[in-house]
Amino acid sequence: MSLAFDLALCALILGTAGLAVAGGNLFGSVVFYIVYGVLIALAWVSLGAADVALAEAAIGAGVTGVLLIGAWQGMKDAGGLEAEITKSLPVRVLAGLGAAALGALVGFAILSLPGHDGLTGPVAENQPALDLGNPVTAVLLSFRAYDTLLETLVLTAALAAVWSLTPARFWGGIPGPKHITRPDGVMASFGRLLPPLGLLVAIYLVWAGADQPGGAFQAGTVLAAVWILIVLAGLRDEPRLSSLVLRLIVIAGPLVFLGAGLAGALAGLALGYPEGHARTLILIIEYALTLSIAATLALLIAGPARRAP
Amino acid sequence: MMADLFMLAALCVLISVAGALIRAWRGPGRADRMMSAQLIGSGGVGIAVLIAAARSEPAILDVALVLALLAAFAALAFVKTVTPEGAGDPEADEAENP
Amino acid sequence: MSAMECFIAGLLALGVFFYVAGTVGLLRFPDTHSRLHALTKADNLGLGFIVIAAGLYWGDGWIAGKLALVWLLTLFAAGMAAQLVARAALKAEGGE
Repeated sequence: MSLAFDLALCALILGTAGLAVAGGNLFGSVVFYIVYGVLIALAWVSLGAADVALAEAAIGAGVTGVLLIGAWQGMKDAGGLEAEITKSLPVRVLAGLGAAALGALVGFAILSLPGHDGLTGPVAENQPALDLGNPVTAVLLSFRAYDTLLETLVLTAALAAVWSLTPARFWGGIPGPKHITRPDGVMASFGRLLPPLGLLVAIYLVWAGADQPGGAFQAGTVLAAVWILIVLAGLRDEPRLSSLVLRLIVIAGPLVFLGAGLAGALAGLALGYPEGHARTLILIIEYALTLSIAATLALLIAGPARRAP
Repeated sequence: MMADLFMLAALCVLISVAGALIRAWRGPGRADRMMSAQLIGSGGVGIAVLIAAARSEPAILDVALVLALLAAFAALAFVKTVTPEGAGDPEADEAENP
Repeated sequence: MSAMECFIAGLLALGVFFYVAGTVGLLRFPDTHSRLHALTKADNLGLGFIVIAAGLYWGDGWIAGKLALVWLLTLFAAGMAAQLVARAALKAEGGE
């Protein structure tokens, strides 16, 4: 029965992906991409990877929808929707063949992987030293912590890249338009009722991430979505991008991460955790990362400044 | 046996939400397309709950929780696009012109 | 199959039936606003039956609470989205 479900899900995923690329209507393609995100989250659930499913549900089904529809709105305002961009038929056939060949190559590579347990054994052996129940968190924040540190810095660099698109006269200003809402309407009520629940879910995700699926990235995404909701519902305006507090929050996570590594260096193990303090340090890093990821993602979606400071 | 029944229900819900894709493809207006995305989101919550029950794994229930929380965000963004400059409230004009 | 298992199976069947009804409504109703009814009411009722079935099958009090929270959240979000989408569809029809 699980096999039948998996096969149906695979067929749906392929079909949705094809429809997203093939549709003539741009908004329809955006909708299909959001549907694709939900289906991929279900695929991760079926594979038993709850941490990735949480991240995909938060990003692919929630935040990406807001981003893409905002981009669609920007294109409409700039008059880009009327422009017909059709490539000649040979180019399109060539592109289709190239994509199909790449897909077949990736599929073949995955199907020919030798069947073994991977790293489950070594991770399980070394996990008790960290006193963490969740093997994914152990890998992300200890065995491969260097990669995670660099990934958080990549996020910050992406934010700097988005900010670099700001016109000079708006530098340091406020992103996005000023949202107006009817104060007693449905949208404002939505913006008041959902954020407390979202905050609770986010704190639960990062707290539970130590011993069961969850973690900083998932919690940060939920927090970013909550902030986006508050702004869209017109209850708060976006902060000025030149604000020092904002920039400190964005950089706090990577700084705490680096600080933990330096603390390890002082204890004699460069970029390592001092003996016995691993779990405490990992938890501190996770909470700081949650704040930073939330701020960075929310600012990435808000975009470059559009109003003068 | 009960776990199989839950997976069968998940399969049925999956096929039923697949039907909604037809509306996303055809739907004459943007609202129709957005509604089919909403339906698939809420179907996804149901499927996640069913799989969580079939495998008795509470972690998958957390996935359903996050999906339920963020389900309406895309609909909210869509609703903003019919207002001027993407910044208004569809109900706001009613307050000004009763 | 015990009586409880039959009952759970019946609830599951009802839940799936309402999901299918929601999709059929979305596909067959004549205009945007009536499709909104099918989407908001039928789907969430289906989810409610599925949540009750899952809660009975699992048998844990805290899990049942979390399931109820999932259902309530979906109801909230769907209701508010339906109100806003209905207004937006009205505007789009009037303007375009």
